[in-house]
Amino acid sequence: MRFYAIAVYLFLYIPIGVIAVFSFNAGRYAAQLQGFSTQWYGKALSNPFVMEALQTSATVAAVSATLATIAGTLAALALQGVTGKPRMIFDALLYIAVMVPGIVIGISTLIALVTLFDWLNPMIAAFWPVAESAPKLQMGKGSLIAAHGMFTMALVVIIVRARVAGMDRSLIEASADLGATPLGTFRQVTLPQIFPAILAGFLLAFTFSFDDFIIAFFVAGSETTLPIYVFSSIRRGVTPEINAIGTMVLTVSLLILVVAQSILQRGRRAQTG
Amino acid sequence: MTTRLRTILLLTPAAAWLLAMLVLPLVVVVVFSFGERAAAGGYSAALTLENFANLGARWAAFKNTLMLAPAGTVLCLLIAYPLAYYLAVKADPKWRTLLLILVIVPFWTSILIRSYAWIYLLGGQGIPKLISTLGLGNPRLINTPFAVLIGIVYGYLPLMVFPIYVSLERLDKRLLEASADLGSPPWRSFLQVTLPLSMPGVATGCMLVFILLMGEFLIPAMLGGGKVFFVGNALVDLFLQSRNWPYGAAVAVALVVIMLVTVTAYMRFTRRWAGGRDDVSLM
Repeated sequence: MRFYAIAVYLFLYIPIGVIAVFSFNAGRYAAQLQGFSTQWYGKALSNPFVMEALQTSATVAAVSATLATIAGTLAALALQGVTGKPRMIFDALLYIAVMVPGIVIGISTLIALVTLFDWLNPMIAAFWPVAESAPKLQMGKGSLIAAHGMFTMALVVIIVRARVAGMDRSLIEASADLGATPLGTFRQVTLPQIFPAILAGFLLAFTFSFDDFIIAFFVAGSETTLPIYVFSSIRRGVTPEINAIGTMVLTVSLLILVVAQSILQRGRRAQTG
Repeated sequence: MTTRLRTILLLTPAAAWLLAMLVLPLVVVVVFSFGERAAAGGYSAALTLENFANLGARWAAFKNTLMLAPAGTVLCLLIAYPLAYYLAVKADPKWRTLLLILVIVPFWTSILIRSYAWIYLLGGQGIPKLISTLGLGNPRLINTPFAVLIGIVYGYLPLMVFPIYVSLERLDKRLLEASADLGSPPWRSFLQVTLPLSMPGVATGCMLVFILLMGEFLIPAMLGGGKVFFVGNALVDLFLQSRNWPYGAAVAVALVVIMLVTVTAYMRFTRRWAGGRDDVSLM
């Protein structure tokens, strides 16, 4: 039994480990290890395309996760008081958002936005004082943020709502009885209790957006995110540079996830104990 | 400010976001699936069933998906169950949380990089080279259904382990003691007590993995090398290369309908012998 478990863990972690080991390989070829070198990291970090893609990914992830966390937390708080049909509809939408395959989200967002923009752009141009300088709506960072944020907001609602449901209601009542304003109660009682879930939700939202390939592939327009860059590089052939980028991406998401997990676990312990 | 007004105000951003970026686009896909392809690609308004009548042209993609998604799900289940059992029953409680986190964490990291790792391992310079150096033949691994299945198991195993673990951990240990006291050997207790009681977790895990596999694009694109393609690969081709939006929309609608039908049938079927399902959070 134990050996079986060890075998599965090896299966899960050896491929990641191989990438990490070869990212420090001095040689160009996969088959032979030729000594330690950080040259591929240097190559990756001095490649302007990589840096631009990294910047796009980080911006989109930060903005979409922030907006998703705010909208999601507000919704999770409001949903406590919602019952009956409105609640059912909202829950159904959340589950659709999480369950519909990413590829379907990607294509539907692509065709809906492109159609909308094709329809809006002539109108904007018509009303703009100088027709040549009229802004043109197009796919790009904005559509990436909107699409990623929609999905990750659903995640945030689900995570924060679980925490809100397990909250100690008597503290809120006590605070109100002692004369605190609703806003004061929220700041001093509710927020500290649900904060771990909010933070964990934000970190998950960030990781999801940063790692997402399939939605971005459709809605990125002329922008290149880091996963899109990696995908198209792999198409052109496997290079050690990809190992270095992959190792960095994995390390960053692993760090974020470990932080998110420990926050959530600590929160749970505080709640039950 | 009344409570009602406050609730509405708090819900507005989320509701508007879901409406604009989820409901509306999905409606557009359905509308487009009844349309015609414009001369330059894209969409021109029409009301025709032609796109659906032509779905057979992409039959190979549907066939691959409908064969490899269930196969991958079953494979994940067979590998995940013993591990979940070990974690929930046998593992030292001191290490349990850490071991569980170690299973879940890969799921939240880039599936792109993780599939790429297998290109590396299964490609000509990886495992095949090792096998041929050992004189055991010259197998071709990358760009085969086998490679796609490995990628699937590697990608989705965590999603299967977690719900099964949850249902096994909740299992009342006294039932097993009672079974042993009444003279059942351990294997019999397992078959008659543990296994049936873990069915809700099995059902949830299978459903999650199956749903995600139905929409898979990356794993077949990277490890199947154009030979083993899923509906997802057909969709990328239709929307980004040939720009046949109405037909692509019809393929997407068909995919979602197949998913809904299978999942509903599956849930009906499992509810009968599993008694509802667990709601499982992934963190």
